[in-house]
Amino acid sequence: MSSLWEYANPKKFVETSQRVLPWVTVLSVACLVVGLVWGFFFTPEDYRQGATVKIIYLHVPSALVAINAWFMMLLASLIWLIRRHHVSALAARAAAPVGAVMTVIALATGAIWGQPMWGTWWVWDPRLTSFLILFLFYLGYIALWAAVEDGDTAADLTSILCIVGSVFAVLSRYAVFFWNQGLHQGASLSMDAEENVADVFYYPLLVCIAGFVLFFVALVLLRTQTEIRARRMRALMARERMG
Amino acid sequence: MIALLRRDLVLAVRAGGGFGLGLAFFLILVALVAFGVGPGGALLARIAPGILWVGALLACLLSLDRIFALDREDGSLELLATAPLPMEGIVSVKALAHWITTGLPLVVAAPLLGLMLSLPGPGYPWLFLSLLIGTPALSVIGTFGAALTVGLKRGGLLLSLIVLPLYVPVLIFGAEVARRGAEGQALQTPLLLLAGITCGTLALLPFASAAVLRVNLR
Repeated sequence: MSSLWEYANPKKFVETSQRVLPWVTVLSVACLVVGLVWGFFFTPEDYRQGATVKIIYLHVPSALVAINAWFMMLLASLIWLIRRHHVSALAARAAAPVGAVMTVIALATGAIWGQPMWGTWWVWDPRLTSFLILFLFYLGYIALWAAVEDGDTAADLTSILCIVGSVFAVLSRYAVFFWNQGLHQGASLSMDAEENVADVFYYPLLVCIAGFVLFFVALVLLRTQTEIRARRMRALMARERMG
Repeated sequence: MIALLRRDLVLAVRAGGGFGLGLAFFLILVALVAFGVGPGGALLARIAPGILWVGALLACLLSLDRIFALDREDGSLELLATAPLPMEGIVSVKALAHWITTGLPLVVAAPLLGLMLSLPGPGYPWLFLSLLIGTPALSVIGTFGAALTVGLKRGGLLLSLIVLPLYVPVLIFGAEVARRGAEGQALQTPLLLLAGITCGTLALLPFASAAVLRVNLR
């Protein structure tokens, strides 16, 4: 059995991810289609919320991916700082815009859901506020990547920003809970099934989540490949000028 | 380290005019808020603690890019980096100098501006105390942001984009202490949490700042 670190070799990574990518893409599209169609057309309406409950199939998966994308960036940043694998730094860079868009989707669907349910598009609820802060962190991270010209310097700086940002994101989360009590419900998908959503909504939701996660993986693989190719092209052009 | 601190303080007072800038900005901001929401005393009194905290935070932000940029331009930052002083020490002294030249004047001036915003009587000591405890954290976090963006030509806007989200917890607890103080509620919990954040950032962030500064000077 070969080591995981083999994939830190850009060539090996591109080869493998090219083989995996079509499967992941097809699987993610299949999951999304099945999950969304199942969720939208073949589940009953909630007896209090009516049809608006169906926005859950977009809202929860995107929120989940938005948070876990940051975790993935944190892991990739740590790997870059410790083992100096370039693919890892590029993967973190590739994940950031996807995570930011997922945050926007979660906030937007939440607003659309909140309008009929809470009677307002936006409240300064702890969950909403921490998501807004998460979005700002994504923006700062992406902007720093874009601003620094030298690749390795940018990777170092953004990695450290990601680690410091993670600590402060957790701090902010608890700070906003202290600051205001919320309208938002508690966890919809915890392991102890005390407060979970009902089973009819649960299974299509799981399929949707799988679809979103696979979609995220596919996008990150694709974007990382692009980053690797772009970097190789710059190196080739530099060599051309030298020779 | 003391020589470096003295040098930074003297530079801040004598050259560049950076010393009074934050204070003037703070004053203008408070006046603008009063113009914006109207002169009604009751409303101003209600929002005064929050306004003063946000104002202090923005005034602090304004002078952050000066922490390393001037030294970077004339090359003394490289000299400092090769000096026997550890980078963490340099960063801490820089943060301390920033706090003395920007944070401390803001802390002293805030009660006066509170007077202009008709802050209720019991609020003054707590506003003063919360700013006294909270502004060092602002300086230390800001130093991290400044170290992060020192190599960039136009880092100012990026600096605020990066630093402002990091300021959120400090602002929440600091403004909460000031607000509860003004309304005469129990405020031990946010005060302790604010102090905890300050101690934590003072202890840990200089390492991160030193690390990014090393990367930027590479």
